Amino acid sequence: MSRFILHRLLSLIPTVLGISLLVFLMVQLVPGDPAEMMLGERASEQAIQDLRQQLGLDQPLYIQYGMFLSRLVRGDLGRALRTNEKITVEIAERFPATIELSLMAMLFAVTLGMLAGIISATRQYSLFDYASMILSLVGVSMPIFWLGLVLMIIFSVNLGWLPLSGRMSYNIQLQSVTHFYLLDSVLAGDWKALRDVLWHLVLPAFTLSTIPMAIIARITRSSMLEVLRQDYIRTARAKGLSRFAVHYKHALKNALIPVITVIGLQFGILLGGAILTETIFAWPGIGLWLLNAVYARDFNAVQGGTMLVATTFVSINMIVDVLYAWVNPRIKVN
Amino acid sequence: MKVRADRSAPDPVASPAAVAARAALPPKPRSPFREGIGRLVRNRTAVAGLIIITVFLLMALLAPWLAPRDPLAQALYAKLKPPFWDPAGSFDHLLGTDDFGRDLLSRIIYGSRISMLVGLVSVTISLFFGTFAGAVAGFYGGRLDNLIMRFMDLLLAFPSILLAIVIVAFLGPSLRNAMLAIGVVSIPRYARIVRGSVLEEYGKDYVQGARALGAGDGRLIFHHILPNCLAPLIVQTTLGFASAILEAAALSFLGLGAQPPTPEWGAMLANGRALILRAWWAVTFPGLMILFAVLGFNLLGDGLRDALDPRLRD
Repeated sequence: MSRFILHRLLSLIPTVLGISLLVFLMVQLVPGDPAEMMLGERASEQAIQDLRQQLGLDQPLYIQYGMFLSRLVRGDLGRALRTNEKITVEIAERFPATIELSLMAMLFAVTLGMLAGIISATRQYSLFDYASMILSLVGVSMPIFWLGLVLMIIFSVNLGWLPLSGRMSYNIQLQSVTHFYLLDSVLAGDWKALRDVLWHLVLPAFTLSTIPMAIIARITRSSMLEVLRQDYIRTARAKGLSRFAVHYKHALKNALIPVITVIGLQFGILLGGAILTETIFAWPGIGLWLLNAVYARDFNAVQGGTMLVATTFVSINMIVDVLYAWVNPRIKVN
Repeated sequence: MKVRADRSAPDPVASPAAVAARAALPPKPRSPFREGIGRLVRNRTAVAGLIIITVFLLMALLAPWLAPRDPLAQALYAKLKPPFWDPAGSFDHLLGTDDFGRDLLSRIIYGSRISMLVGLVSVTISLFFGTFAGAVAGFYGGRLDNLIMRFMDLLLAFPSILLAIVIVAFLGPSLRNAMLAIGVVSIPRYARIVRGSVLEEYGKDYVQGARALGAGDGRLIFHHILPNCLAPLIVQTTLGFASAILEAAALSFLGLGAQPPTPEWGAMLANGRALILRAWWAVTFPGLMILFAVLGFNLLGDGLRDALDPRLRD
């Protein structure tokens, strides 16, 4: 097992190197001079020249990449164009917001999705089964940026049940230590803040969870159905076990293996979807930050943010691989 | 996935005479293609998808005749009119107007053109390059295979919408660049499918036979091997339309794809977002269109997977 983990860890190195190369080369896609694009048309020739030098754009490509890499290794991504703040600092402040949102969305997706899948499978062809399968078909096709707006209209604008946007109300004071507001409010023992933070999380997290939830529901249903058809389930039934014991103790455990893989794969969808969800709900996470960097043509910041998200993404995939091998030892052979 | 119940209806032709008559006939050969079509027609999800797609295609093709108004024409006296069933609405604008007084229904109808175009262009890009890369990698193997597939893995190391956003960020926002980005991002999906199928087919006797008869590499790949990998490719292409339409709408929503005043659904949503407190219809209808178009292709893709390639069922 430890050899497998080591192997997967080491395989991360070339992947991250590859990502860095790709992210670095993306500046080459810019039609014309990146420095000029970043500063706009009204910038003086001197300012453009300075930025070009500062970004190393006057050097040959391989030296530029070397510089890029060495800065990356030292954790120096440069400064953001708009705020002149260190990019790493800005990211560190915003990334927890994205993680909090994604984890909450995953919680929704896994609990509701698996529940719907299990009930559907145990009551195949029932009204619930049809309804949940139709809903999951719709869910997979959902433009979440639209769903978010619709939920906002219904629950915030019309019903006034949930806050419109943001992570926390303005009148709440919370000492932010970890930048995970849920954690911060628990650490501070501030239950009013915790409630407020949770309330703000509901709509964005639910919006973000739609597609993974639908996928998890479908895969749970089909995996569960497959297991329920097997002989050992019939044996369990024949020896007089209760429905509950058969479904949840015997069937579910084996049905879970494909579900776990799929859950792991959903993290990528979540990280991508977070960009859209954060935009709609003005959620101050990495997605919104990255998008604002795109609008500001701050190529440095875009590269930094992309690097981080992609590295997180492949790291999560690695962890999922390892967990999967742990759950299902047969996989290691491959 | 199959939602339909298998109803075991009594066989209407099971009378002894009919059985005898059937036994007398030579067995009717059914080509795999016709068998697939048969399964497809019997598959309710696929038919539903096909109907939805047909509606959208017709809408796209007939837009100038269907749309009651010019999708770009502004009418400042008719700003933010609600749909016709609202007391303040009228039959002049069935689905209401936006903040420039543009007819929402007409914009939505014209929007289907852009979404179908996006699907077509992006999928063509990824299908073409993905098939080529996958076929070369699978056929020649070795270092070339390694190089190509590692690059594909690299593209897969990014959440696809993020990669598309970043590519457009550097190329500059426009519908053309959005289609390009979405196309590039999906190349690995096709490459993986084709490579896998080529590897599977390559060792088979008919390929070696064709090679012995002097067929060149190109002929072997495109004439002999690829036709046998069509089923998963067709499924992926259909599903690819769905994700391309969804991603393009997302990019346009973020202001990175189609630019105003283009009547594109995602861009319309972005505009409607500012009106969220005053005009729910400007948000609701464009989004519904995106949902239905994506749903149509997803349904058909699912149905095709069941019909063409039972092995791929989830």
